[in-house]
Amino acid sequence: MATPAGVGLKRTALNSIHKSAGGRMVEFGGWEMPVEYSGITQEHVAVRTRAGLFDVSHMGEIEVEGPEALRLLQWVTSNDVSRLQDGQAQYSALMYPQGSAVDDCIVHRLGENHYFLCVNAANTDKDFAWIVQHNTFDAEARNVSAEYTQLALQGPCAAAILARVTATDFSSLRYYWFKPATCCGVEGLLARTGYTGEDGFEFYFPPAESVRVWDELFEAGKPDGLIPVGLGARNTLRLEAGYALYGHELDEETTLLEANLGWIARLDKGDFLGRDVLLQQRREGTRKKLVGFEMTDRGICRDGYNILIDGSVRGRVTSGTYAPYLKKSIGLGYVPPALAETGQAIHIEIRGKAVAARLVPLPFYRRPK
Amino acid sequence: MYPQEFLYSKDHEWIRVDENIGTIGITDYAQKELGDIVFVELPKVGDHVTAKESFGTVESVKAVSEIYSPVDGDVVAANPKVQASPELLNADPHGDAWLIRVRVADRSDLEGLMTAEEYEAYISQEKAH
Repeated sequence: MATPAGVGLKRTALNSIHKSAGGRMVEFGGWEMPVEYSGITQEHVAVRTRAGLFDVSHMGEIEVEGPEALRLLQWVTSNDVSRLQDGQAQYSALMYPQGSAVDDCIVHRLGENHYFLCVNAANTDKDFAWIVQHNTFDAEARNVSAEYTQLALQGPCAAAILARVTATDFSSLRYYWFKPATCCGVEGLLARTGYTGEDGFEFYFPPAESVRVWDELFEAGKPDGLIPVGLGARNTLRLEAGYALYGHELDEETTLLEANLGWIARLDKGDFLGRDVLLQQRREGTRKKLVGFEMTDRGICRDGYNILIDGSVRGRVTSGTYAPYLKKSIGLGYVPPALAETGQAIHIEIRGKAVAARLVPLPFYRRPK
Repeated sequence: MYPQEFLYSKDHEWIRVDENIGTIGITDYAQKELGDIVFVELPKVGDHVTAKESFGTVESVKAVSEIYSPVDGDVVAANPKVQASPELLNADPHGDAWLIRVRVADRSDLEGLMTAEEYEAYISQEKAH
């Protein structure tokens, strides 16, 4: 599925399909991926109101198996893996000793001694090396990313579309649960997960029939106006939903508590990499805090812009954009914890000018129940 | 496709000069490259623009693009329609979505610009990369 390393950018099994569908291709995490097809705004709104299909095969899959697979994962990840049942998944982080994340990930339990992690494309090799380095347990880790195409079908019509291409009953598949399923005649794993803030599914399957599966999904999705969605809208969707992106809200220098991810740091599960630092921060406070804000004056805040409070630089924007569904400029960033109150007036430095904004509660968007 | 009465810059701006008033905008090629335009920042009437220097920005969802003036001059109009509805730039970049009008200080600035034919050849080379 991936072209060999050192021969330019990696490509998914659907690379030529993206191009013939009008995809504008860009480099992302070492891969050649479509940033948009018909336009970010259209694609974003389609996912919020109908459905969109993403090729997310650039994401990595790491399998962990063996009598001490659980112990290994408990040591290197922040969340409590022992709470998982077969077929259940959890959002989590691979941890550094300084309480920050190597990557954020989703841990899936296939069985008591068998798990797989879905990790970010840009971090796959780093994550795998990290797990291997810390594997002093009776378990084996395998980087199986090349063995999977991963498609994400997201939006209020996703379930209806999926029902047309699978005989597998997924009516009782809850959010963050997964099961083996046959879709478009191909066996794989169907997970009720996603990165958009909408209902949806991610399907992991061997790449050989990727093109046929893609085509059949679009056939099935025609009545609902299913369209392909690129990485541009993937970013604006997750930002509206208030989800972190590694390299922006998360990095080596930022602890889970600072990133509002204390809920995936189970400090009571037993010792794990970085737990000491998180315990200390819970006692003594954090150096910074992640906040969400919206512009109140004309202007769009962008990644990396300074956050000004009372005239001086007090933080930085980690992700900013014009939100196509909410139709306003929103952003995430870090400020000193004492100033992280919703309603706090701030300014964003946009090309030398201080433009007014205001801290708001997260998420910016929550899907209607 | 590209109006004959315009002159074009390498940065994909167009200018139409009537008497000594130049109307400036971005080309269809530029709006396609940018994608969905969601924000436009323009100078005010009375501001001065300088040839080859930025006078504002056009923003898509993903990116910020500076707009460069083809000529030296003083701004006599900034299009309010396009500031209120940035998506007009995607729809009608050569017409309704003009950006600014300037009193052209020095017509010799126009000599370095391309004709419609030259611009079309220029962008077909750009696309080939």
